[in-house]
Amino acid sequence: MAKPAVLTHPESLKRPAGPSEYAKDPANASMSKAEKIALYTKMARIRHFEQRCIRIYQQGKIGGFLHLYVGQEAVAAGTISLLGKNDHIITGYRDHGHGLMVGMGMNECMAELTGRVTGCSQGKGGSMHYFAPDKNYWGGHGIVGGQAPLGTGLAYAVKYMGLKGSCLVYMGDGAVNQGAVHEAYNLASLWDLPVIFVVENNGYSMGTSQERSTAHPGCLAKRAEGYNMAWDVINGHDVYEVRAKTAIALKRAHEESKPTVLEIFTYRYFGHSMADPDKTYRDKEEIKEYREKKDPVFAFEQELLGEKVLTPELSLKINEAAMAEADKAALFADESPDPTVADITKHIYWEEDNRGPKTTSRGTIIFE
Amino acid sequence: MAVISYREALRAAMREELKRDDKVVIMGEEVAQFNGAYKVTEGLLKEFGPKRIVDTPISEAGFIGLGIGASMLGIRPVMELMFWSFSYVAFDQIVNNAGNIRYMSGGLINCPIVIRGPANGGTNVGATHSHTPEAILASHPGIKVVCPATPYDAKGLMKAAIRDNDPVYVMENTILYNDKGEVPDEDYIVPLGVADVKRVGTDLTIVAHGRAVITSLKAAEILEKEHGVSVEVVDLRSIRPLDEETILASVRKTHRALLVEENKPFCGVDAQIAYLIQSKAFDELDAPIHRVSSIDAPQIYCKRMEDLQMPNVERVVAEALKVLA
Repeated sequence: MAKPAVLTHPESLKRPAGPSEYAKDPANASMSKAEKIALYTKMARIRHFEQRCIRIYQQGKIGGFLHLYVGQEAVAAGTISLLGKNDHIITGYRDHGHGLMVGMGMNECMAELTGRVTGCSQGKGGSMHYFAPDKNYWGGHGIVGGQAPLGTGLAYAVKYMGLKGSCLVYMGDGAVNQGAVHEAYNLASLWDLPVIFVVENNGYSMGTSQERSTAHPGCLAKRAEGYNMAWDVINGHDVYEVRAKTAIALKRAHEESKPTVLEIFTYRYFGHSMADPDKTYRDKEEIKEYREKKDPVFAFEQELLGEKVLTPELSLKINEAAMAEADKAALFADESPDPTVADITKHIYWEEDNRGPKTTSRGTIIFE
Repeated sequence: MAVISYREALRAAMREELKRDDKVVIMGEEVAQFNGAYKVTEGLLKEFGPKRIVDTPISEAGFIGLGIGASMLGIRPVMELMFWSFSYVAFDQIVNNAGNIRYMSGGLINCPIVIRGPANGGTNVGATHSHTPEAILASHPGIKVVCPATPYDAKGLMKAAIRDNDPVYVMENTILYNDKGEVPDEDYIVPLGVADVKRVGTDLTIVAHGRAVITSLKAAEILEKEHGVSVEVVDLRSIRPLDEETILASVRKTHRALLVEENKPFCGVDAQIAYLIQSKAFDELDAPIHRVSSIDAPQIYCKRMEDLQMPNVERVVAEALKVLA
């Protein structure tokens, strides 16, 4: 049995859940009561959406892969809750949490999983390929690390247009060994691009623990030093800490147009994907321990109860509403129509979908 | 109308589009200070400055991916690959990202990116620098590929590519860079997917693209002078989209077809063209379709042998005579 993933975290980060030392950080102290409740609500919505997905998957209605975000909610919630109108995000295939955080609806997200035309990508993307460019969300990418250069390019575009913005590029701990990620690190630092690389370290790249996959100088974020980039490590179960430390990186991006690598220690409660029986590479005790001591949704609930922002009644109401919303989305996904055969050849080329005298393409572009 | 080189035509296209649209950015290895490894971008840095003309590190997956990401937000990057052979280290970005994002997002995101550079053999540099990936890339729905053969087409296709809202991969040819031809002074584009009859004839249709067009035109002259055969040469110009009608119209006229390309034969562009002709003009054919392509091996280094490996005038003439026999 491999060593538990939590032990790979630096000593300083091994602290139990409890009142957050970051509650009074300006990034959090500035939040109104309503904003705190909204943030908790979003985390609860991610949790219940994902748990509802499990049932639908087990009913055989979701094809292909399903990578759940349960256990990692505070990462997307903490980081995305700080973003403004010129801040963009892009991520890998564990992308549901980010989608819900930017404001995608449960209906369109659920319908995409079941391959319906009412899905966010009209049934053409699936679980790994959510997109909402109107909400600055650029996917949802299936190839490990492939999104890192794209996100660096989004940040380049923001800078080119003279906007004070950024791009947050999320990836798992397994992505840090991909060449594309290193090339993106180099370009981001070389060209002073406002990128924040967020390494969501859940301890395992699929079934391979960090010890067995990655040579590193104590933590993954420290690799940033090789590229002359700032970096930090964050406890991913504490949404306040995520916000406090991400706010610093965001300021660095906005004010200095400099990149940062943030490694956020987190944990996934389920297998790499639903196809992973999760029996060969980690101990059930390890999962139990994290769930009991560091559950990010529970921890934030406790925090807000302690602050008297939340009451048990309100918390129950929020969770019940999220469950009901997920149930409704599941029904919507069930009842929605499939795309048609004619839809298969749409959305391949802009020029083909918009043919006219002013477009630049003629001839045959879809072949028999 | 000015007579300029293929290289100057490409440069003029980029210069005009840089002036027309401030979202156009030129990016690649050695494109700025060095003035371009093949001098295609010479002088652009001086004229447009370092914000518009950007040198990149040797990092194809990184900078091509960066260009694709920037294009998603509305920048129009024109990325130079020093050789299209180097695209292979950026294949995930070029195919999976640029080629699929519009589709996977249900049409929400476009990638108006141009990737350009030479894609040819015949330069005595060995297999790793001699790839011609037009067939490989054009086999992916979502991607467009053009292969200009003349200065006129190089400029017109490049301008169309930059204005196009999809990823367009422009495959140039180092051997053609110094070829000269007439190019209009006024603004024009060559739309993608429009073939060009480069020589009118009645007895045989040769379909070609890229430098194979030039080889075929030379062969056509010999065939006329020495064999009294009237050859029509159809230049595809664009691989995807493909102008099927111009090919079929020519075959319906001549009833014989020879397909010439510098690719290796297996799954080459002409395999698709041959299928097209037999499926839509089978009854028009008076003889089987023949092909001339590079001899099926990695590109050989030895210059004398490489010239024989690739389609040359002698091989095209000999194969044409077989179709006409």
